[in-house]
Amino acid sequence: MANTLYTRRVWTNRIGILLSMFAMAFGLTALLWILWTLISNGFAALNGDFFTQDTPAPGSEGGGLSNAIVGSLLMLGVTTFVSTPIGILAGIFLAEYGDRSRFAKITRFITDIMLSAPSIVIGLFVYALAVATLGGFSGWAGSAALSLIAIPVVLRTTENMLLLVPTALREAAFSLGAPRWKVSLDVTLRAVKSGVVTGVLLAIARVTGETAPLLFTALNNQFMNLDMSQPMGNLPVVIYQFAMSPYENWQQLAWGGALLIALMVLAINIGTRILFRQTDLKQ
Amino acid sequence: MMESATVELGALAIALKVRNLNFFYGSFQGLKGINLDIAHRHVTAFIGPSGCGKSTLLRTFNRMYDLYPGQRAEGEILFQGKNLLDKKHDVNLVRAKIGMVFQTPTPFPMTIDDNLAFGVRLYENLSKSEMDARVEWALKKGALWNEVKDKLLQSGLSLSGGQQQRLCIARTIAVKPEIVLFDEPTSALDPISTAKIEELINELKHEYTIAIVTHNMQKAARISDFTAFMYLGDMVEFGKTDELFVKPKVIKTEEYITGRFG
Repeated sequence: MANTLYTRRVWTNRIGILLSMFAMAFGLTALLWILWTLISNGFAALNGDFFTQDTPAPGSEGGGLSNAIVGSLLMLGVTTFVSTPIGILAGIFLAEYGDRSRFAKITRFITDIMLSAPSIVIGLFVYALAVATLGGFSGWAGSAALSLIAIPVVLRTTENMLLLVPTALREAAFSLGAPRWKVSLDVTLRAVKSGVVTGVLLAIARVTGETAPLLFTALNNQFMNLDMSQPMGNLPVVIYQFAMSPYENWQQLAWGGALLIALMVLAINIGTRILFRQTDLKQ
Repeated sequence: MMESATVELGALAIALKVRNLNFFYGSFQGLKGINLDIAHRHVTAFIGPSGCGKSTLLRTFNRMYDLYPGQRAEGEILFQGKNLLDKKHDVNLVRAKIGMVFQTPTPFPMTIDDNLAFGVRLYENLSKSEMDARVEWALKKGALWNEVKDKLLQSGLSLSGGQQQRLCIARTIAVKPEIVLFDEPTSALDPISTAKIEELINELKHEYTIAIVTHNMQKAARISDFTAFMYLGDMVEFGKTDELFVKPKVIKTEEYITGRFG
């Protein structure tokens, strides 16, 4: 009967949908569970003291994470400032200049390795290169480690976005007698600017929660510190230390810090989505 | 046939002289010994089936192939007394004199005003009022001024396809080139936009030398003064458009224009 074949397909379809729904529910449950745990445990910690007080000494009451928040923001700021131009310019080089040259091939290969390198390796590298030789942990070293993680992300996104630019647009700019640097900066980069900004934001989101590279470089600082050449407090390392501590107020602060990082990453990702929706590549 | 071509052009000034031009994509030869004169302030059309080398030939006139390693041209293209294929010749200066309009409209991701000014700023240092005047002049030449004069600060991407293509023509004109190359400029457009652009090309030919690649024979017949028929990298026949379409000298040309292949 012709109907048996059809019935079989209907059932295969139903089973397929059921299985994928099940997989989606599984993933979503895990995600919501994490968020819920963070919110239920951390929300209580997000009070005025949390943002204004320094991390408390062992055994003392109350306290906040102001030194860690400021330290994290400072290092993230420097990281953004350093890795954005380097990543974008290197991306332009690969997409517009390098083409099939040997140097570009090697750079691409190294970028791929850097993208998947364990962050602890990068932390150790900066430790061996800067911390151990120049005498001491510092915010600069922390930013250097974070930049090494962020640059490949920015670079790869920039390159990929530029490769999406239609050849005709590039040729049109050349056909007016424009030199290559002008074509790259004024036409092709501009055509994909929201994509490139997205890459930068994703890179920041990626390094916001990095702990391992900071353990070896910025270390930590229980006091407010604005001097980048000194060890610097930061959220991930404070969370790591406080969550494992026996003090209840420390554990509470760790939950608050974890929630804050999650919210920051969430905010960046939402910002990225909004930006990407209004992409300039409407050709 | 080449002799006859030069004879036909005899009385006219010549904008581009192509002599013994060979072109290679790696080891594949895309153009084989092309000889051709392009008449000053006339329209020369290039027709032929896909892959015949007509776009390749057009792209040697502004050395667009230079962008791609592995592509190279041999021979001579004389422009203002110099061989523009010569590596010593600054390719950007060549392109400022020989503009190009592409198959798909390519507005830059910037305002209409900046689209026009982009090329001008590369080689001229104009005051604000001079630049405004130039932009207006070029947009009028491109038959777009009336449609965009109130929205010069809007993005060039906000225009319709046909308007975008006229913007690209105006942008090319704004640089004040000697020659304008058109690479199938209407194949991505609707019939009304196509008609407008053909009309525009007809007007521009009084001031500019125009070379146009098209796969549309009616169009070549309508707008060109001279036509070159190419096939498999060879220049099969070149002559006055009226003569080439009415009584072609080569059988291959006749077969193509009567639709027997291509």
